[in-house]
Amino acid sequence: MTKVMSATHQRAVPSTDLVVLDKVNKHYGPLHVLKDIDLAVRRGEVVVLIGPSGSGKSTLCRAINRLETIDSGSISVDGTALPTEGRQLARLRAEVGMVFQGFNLFAHKTVLDNVTLAPVKVLKQNRRAAEQRAHELLDRVGIGSQAHKYPAQLSGGQQQRVAIARALAMDPKVILFDEPTSALDPEMVNEVLDVMTALARDGMTMVVVTHEMGFARRAADRVVFMADGQIVEENTPHEFFDNPRSERAQAFLAKILTH
Amino acid sequence: MDALFTERATILAAFWMTLRLTAVSALGSLVLGTVLSGMRVSPLPVLRTASQVYVTVARNTPLTLVLLFTSLGVGANLGVEFSAQISVNNYWLAVLGLTAYTSAFVCEALRAGINTVPVGQAEAARAVGLGFGQTLGFVVLPQAFRAVIPPLGSILIALTKNTTVALVAGVAEASVRMREMIEIYGDQVIQIFLGFAAGFLVLCLPTGLLFGWLSRRLAVAR
Repeated sequence: MTKVMSATHQRAVPSTDLVVLDKVNKHYGPLHVLKDIDLAVRRGEVVVLIGPSGSGKSTLCRAINRLETIDSGSISVDGTALPTEGRQLARLRAEVGMVFQGFNLFAHKTVLDNVTLAPVKVLKQNRRAAEQRAHELLDRVGIGSQAHKYPAQLSGGQQQRVAIARALAMDPKVILFDEPTSALDPEMVNEVLDVMTALARDGMTMVVVTHEMGFARRAADRVVFMADGQIVEENTPHEFFDNPRSERAQAFLAKILTH
Repeated sequence: MDALFTERATILAAFWMTLRLTAVSALGSLVLGTVLSGMRVSPLPVLRTASQVYVTVARNTPLTLVLLFTSLGVGANLGVEFSAQISVNNYWLAVLGLTAYTSAFVCEALRAGINTVPVGQAEAARAVGLGFGQTLGFVVLPQAFRAVIPPLGSILIALTKNTTVALVAGVAEASVRMREMIEIYGDQVIQIFLGFAAGFLVLCLPTGLLFGWLSRRLAVAR
């Protein structure tokens, strides 16, 4: 968490595409929630998806590890097309971390067991080694002292940081964040964003759906603005927030930045 | 009261048989019921349908019929033999019938339990790379079980009392002994009834208390 890499170092990472979405479409009944989405996320890049609710950004994020199926188009992670079901899909998901809006920590397991479950059962790591690594990760997100508590005994901010440690324990190639701070009390938002900002600095590839514009400005390499199931505009955070080109984005920013 | 006292050894032996029938059938139905509930939520439609058909048939057939089917159909007609000794053979055929019947109820209770586990739990499990079986076994079922401990207790109590139907399969459990005693000690029918009822109370009451305690103890905080 303390390891800080310079922004130029991030740029030095070979800019091969890690996550590629090509002409992705999805419908919920008559509702067309994703319309011809093309998006490529480079290794080490932090992409922030923003947009009004119902714009399809969460669906897009969840489609990347196939928690949502798609109707047409293709999604690939590190050159491998998303498998439809079974063992190959599980293997791919093991390489893609996910942090949910509602934390979704395993309620019947301690913090430590939450973090070690998948490394032990999926990666077949030795339990001792997995626990040692879990303690390191919990220290890194600032909750080392709570390892033996149950999720319900922690605050929302602490639970979300455990969820980030749980994702990191799998050494994922990319982590998806689906509105990670939307269910938190305001005073806990920053403790989670700080952890995420540090991750971004360390060069983790991240796709983040959020309403936190400060985080987008600070940590994003690219902002992708979605509305009505389409990508309307994408740009560097600086350009996007200061000079939004589309009317849709201007209207959206005017609404959220003036209050 | 004399009859209950003089026959105490045979009465205890009969209740011991009741207890054995209950314990072994309970274990069997817990295992089979868990498998059935897992099939019920499986991604394979064939398994879902098979489980559903089984539960519907087993749950809607009177237990007497199930036990007659296992003892006469499976045992006598199909010639399935667990032991050369008739009483042991009858015992296992009764266990088979009680398990087949009770597991349907265990499956339904567990399925209700699975429905209490928030969908995010399974999503998180899948997102870290656990397969279907692992998600079910490590994340969903442990929470589902804890949610349905009280109904599982009720099912166990019902099973304890249902073992009396094993008399149709020729197993000498408590109710068989009671009928024999009523024939011999016709002047003490009321006492004998009350004595055996008390025996079942002794078996069932602690079950209810234990399961109530377990459900509080193992509750999953959310």
